[in-house]
This record gives sequence, C-alpha cells and structure tokens, in this order.
Amino acid sequence: MAWVLFIALAVVTLGGGLAVVATRNVVHAALALLVSLVAVAGVYLLVYAEFLALVQVLIYGGAIVIVLVFAIMLTRSAEYPRTSDNRQWPLAAVAALGLLAVLVPAFLINAVQDTEAKNAAFTGIAQSLFTTWAVPFEIASLVLLVALIGAIIIARSGPGEN
Amino acid sequence: MFLDDYFRQYGLVAIFCVVAVAVPVSMMLMSWGMSRVGLRPRAPSAVKAETYECGMEAIGGKWNLFNFRYYMFAILFVIFDVEVIFLYPWATKFLSLELFALIEMAVFVGILLIGWAYAWRKRDLEWG
Repeated sequence: MAWVLFIALAVVTLGGGLAVVATRNVVHAALALLVSLVAVAGVYLLVYAEFLALVQVLIYGGAIVIVLVFAIMLTRSAEYPRTSDNRQWPLAAVAALGLLAVLVPAFLINAVQDTEAKNAAFTGIAQSLFTTWAVPFEIASLVLLVALIGAIIIARSGPGEN
Repeated sequence: MFLDDYFRQYGLVAIFCVVAVAVPVSMMLMSWGMSRVGLRPRAPSAVKAETYECGMEAIGGKWNLFNFRYYMFAILFVIFDVEVIFLYPWATKFLSLELFALIEMAVFVGILLIGWAYAWRKRDLEWG
C-alpha cells in the first residue's frame, strides 16, 4: 500500500518536473512546478515527516511559486510568453546527468537504514525549538526582519520610484 | 500499521485532492462526450467566450505587464509565510509548552511586527 502511494506520488513528481522543462509557456511551467513540489510534500507525509511536508507546501508550494509567478507577471512577459530558445539544453543535460552520477552512487553507498517509520510529529520539534534552540529561534526572526526591510529598500530604490 | 490515525487523517486530504481533480475533469469529459454523440448543441457566442460572465469587462490581453507595486505584497507574503512555519509547531503543542514559549513567540512576532510597521510607516502598504 505504501509502495503504491509512493509510486503514484513519484509519478506525479517526475511528471510535473518533466512538464516544467517540456512546456513552452512559462506560466504552465510554474503551475507544473507547483504540482511537482506538492507531490514531494506527499512523499514526506508517507515517511511521517509531517513538519517537513508542511514546510514544503507553505514555503515551496506557497512562497517560492508565488515569487516565480510574480516574476513572470512583472517582467515583460508579453515579448516571450513562449520560450523557444533552448540552445542551453546540452549544457543542462550534462549538468543533470552529472548530478545523477553523484547522487546514485551516494545513495547506493550510504544505504538508508530500513527502520520502522514512526510518527515523530510536532512534539519533538516544538520541545527542542522552544527550549534548546530558543536563541537561534529568536535570531531567525531578526534574519527575517533584515530580509524584509532589505527587500523593501531594494524594491523602492528602483528606477522611476523615489 | 498502515491504517493508523495518522494515515486516516491524511487520507482525508488525499480524498479531497482526488475529488478536486475529478470533478472538473469529469465535467469537461462529459461535455466532450455529449458533443461526440450529438447531445450537446454547439452555439458559440461572444458573451460565452468572455473571461467573466458576470462582472467587469476584461481590458487588455492576459500577458499585460502588471503594476510593480504588487511586488511589495509578494515580499511581505513570503516573509510572513516563513513566520507561519515557526508558529505552527508552537500552536499545535501550545498546551504542553511552558510560559517561556509564549514569551519567546511574543518576542519573535514582535520583532517581525517592526518590519511590518516599517513597511506601513514608509507607505509601502498604500496604493497611490
């Protein structure tokens, strides 16, 4: 049963990834990326990584895809709604195959221990985040604050704005 | 082992996803099938082809350049989206955490509110 679900999710993930590179329409590519990323969240759920699945949906499915769609909306996409220029594909193929050549031996050498999956859920994360890692947690808010103010200043200092 | 509470709970999410995909796809398939057997009349008109049947008339094409001001809201959304990630384990385990966690989260949200107040004071949240 778990295998059936995993294979279904893997097919959706890979299909979405293929659609991202196969489609000529950038908006369709962004949508296919969203499908692929949400399917990865499903894989996380299968291995009881609830928090990771949540992060995957909120950050990748939400924030990153939103930023991509905004980038498409705000640039002069009317000039290239359909990207036909793919002269870089041999380079991309070499890079992808190189990554595969690194990842496959890495997985084969460091075989994952086939232990019983169990539901860690939020208890452990909440306990360690709010007790042991309290200071890094507060620093994270400072980092976010700097990112927010920095992004606002950079966005405002563009040409045509004062 | 497999059908424990955890998977039952996310099985509901999976059922929602399946229904959400199946309903529009089946509607389109039915429409297509009806037209194949000659049950669906074919009478296209300009009003039917509009983007919004009831509402403002759409101006310009779908590849319009959008206003740059939307970008500010995208940035704010991304930052507060990351904040929600930290709020989530805190909210679900709130009763088992101590008062210290409440203070921590108040400091965390307070620091981020400074950024929000900055954007507000600099009139980045206004449209004009």
